[in-house]
Amino acid sequence: MYWEKEIETMDRGGLEKVQMARLRETLARAKKSVHYGKLFAEMGLDAGAIRTVADVGKLPLTTKEDLRENWPYGFLACSRDDLIRMHSSSGTTGRATVIFHTESDVAAWTNLLARSMYMAGMRRSDVFQNMMTYGLFTGGLGFHYGAEKIGALVIPAGAGNSKRQIQLMRDFGTTAIHIIPSYALHLASVFTESGYDPRRDTKLRMAFIGAEPHSEKMRRKIEEFYGFKAFNSYGLSEMNGPGMAFECPEQHGLHIWEDNYIVEIIDPATQKILPEGEEGELVATTLMREGMPIIRYRTKDLTRIIPGPCPCARTHRRIERIKGRTDDMMIIKGVNIFPIQIEKRLMEIPGVGTNFVIILDRVDYGDQMTVKVEVQRGFFGGNLQQLETLRRRIVEEIKTDILITPKVDLVEPDSLPKSEGKAVRVIDNRKD
Amino acid sequence: MISYQLSIFAENKPGRLAAVTRVLAKEKINIRATTIATSDTFGVINLIVDDPRRAEAALTKAGMTVTLNQVLAVVIPDQPGGLDRLTQLLLAEGININNAYGFVLESHKKAVFVVSVDQIEKAEKLLDKHGFQTLDAEALSAVEPFHYMKY
Ligand SMILES: [Zn+2]
Repeated sequence: MYWEKEIETMDRGGLEKVQMARLRETLARAKKSVHYGKLFAEMGLDAGAIRTVADVGKLPLTTKEDLRENWPYGFLACSRDDLIRMHSSSGTTGRATVIFHTESDVAAWTNLLARSMYMAGMRRSDVFQNMMTYGLFTGGLGFHYGAEKIGALVIPAGAGNSKRQIQLMRDFGTTAIHIIPSYALHLASVFTESGYDPRRDTKLRMAFIGAEPHSEKMRRKIEEFYGFKAFNSYGLSEMNGPGMAFECPEQHGLHIWEDNYIVEIIDPATQKILPEGEEGELVATTLMREGMPIIRYRTKDLTRIIPGPCPCARTHRRIERIKGRTDDMMIIKGVNIFPIQIEKRLMEIPGVGTNFVIILDRVDYGDQMTVKVEVQRGFFGGNLQQLETLRRRIVEEIKTDILITPKVDLVEPDSLPKSEGKAVRVIDNRKD
Repeated sequence: MISYQLSIFAENKPGRLAAVTRVLAKEKINIRATTIATSDTFGVINLIVDDPRRAEAALTKAGMTVTLNQVLAVVIPDQPGGLDRLTQLLLAEGININNAYGFVLESHKKAVFVVSVDQIEKAEKLLDKHGFQTLDAEALSAVEPFHYMKY
């Protein structure tokens, strides 16, 4: 049931002691880096002033811009000879950020993934198909190492090539997969087209889904189609990658591994620390990273800490599924909207297919939102009235949620660009 | 007799109908009649063809969203009041017409009216009783293609 029972169920007092000891080491190491060395000297930071875990709030925040400005080695706290691995963020805007790992960093990260997957129920008897991009992206290698540590048989399938993925599952009796949620839905349609039913024709029993925010409805849709449990995984490359927080069998929030990270929730506008339970931006400090410690990193991910204990008896606090990223937020007619709100609504409507895209335009100096929605294969009954009714329902449902009337276009199944990587949900054509 | 109509979901963009006819031409399937119903950005292409099942399979294989629905292909006199008699009869029995379109078989003599209704079996019996002739898929396919073009 537990990978490391003692640490996973340690009482808060004990856990904070571990955090405090590791924070001290982290600060001492960070000081050796060009960036923190200079910053601590400028601030006149006295490590002695940090006495409790809560004092971490006195330390400066670190942003993606800081990582970019110090590219590539300005955060390094060890000799380059000690590094054994580098990873990079997907870098959709600006220069990608680079993270370096020492041998002990990779070992600690691997252990967190093993702990996470074991918590969700994966064992050495499982056959694990890792359907994530390998390479610079952390999702591939991270899970690969974790699954090997558990002792599962790992199929390093990589991303894409849906027909081959299904073939591998069938040939080698895959029981567990790691997959991007939007791709899981796309693969579902490939299953159907090929005449296979994953419930009948595969041995799949669990999935790890992550790397993009998704709604509870989307998870349920995936679970229902495949007939397995899908566990939400959270992480970002700056904080190692996946394995930072993970769902337990309760599937109610993700335990964030507090022996490896100190987490805070801040108000993204004022940067003030928010009380437990309030929603804001997740800020995290690495506690087990030797090569490249990062202090109070602004993840740009919006979530909250779920107050109270989890029935699974793990004491590491839980974060709620990511609501969105501060930079995914769309401002339409002055209203803040996240793509996931639209997704949530769409998933509740029968007849809606697997993919959608939001297009923002400026028409006559006003914002216009168009949502292109794929119709579910099999829904089409041959009459226009039925489609028109569906279209109107989608308009109404979205309007109820975000108070903006979207233009909705129904498109053919599988006609929107397929996502074998992270789904592109928003195309913003508004240029000033 | 019950006949079949193919319906294809298509976005309103250039080349969609051409894509459909290309697939059918390649399969040597004859189109008897076609109508297109459109909304703002999407529409439905309805086709009467000589081999509906093969056409359905070919279009599906080409990645299109297709369904095959039962329709009644009713032979009516091609003269004033011919269509009216049919629609009045259906109305009187509370049968709803979802979609209807026609083509002429023999100019000023016979026309075929394709009707998609909500209670097809009831409608079929009713038409039978009132002496309307309905064509099945086979009879429809025997119709000389594009005859109605003479109109
Ligand atoms: Zn739990």
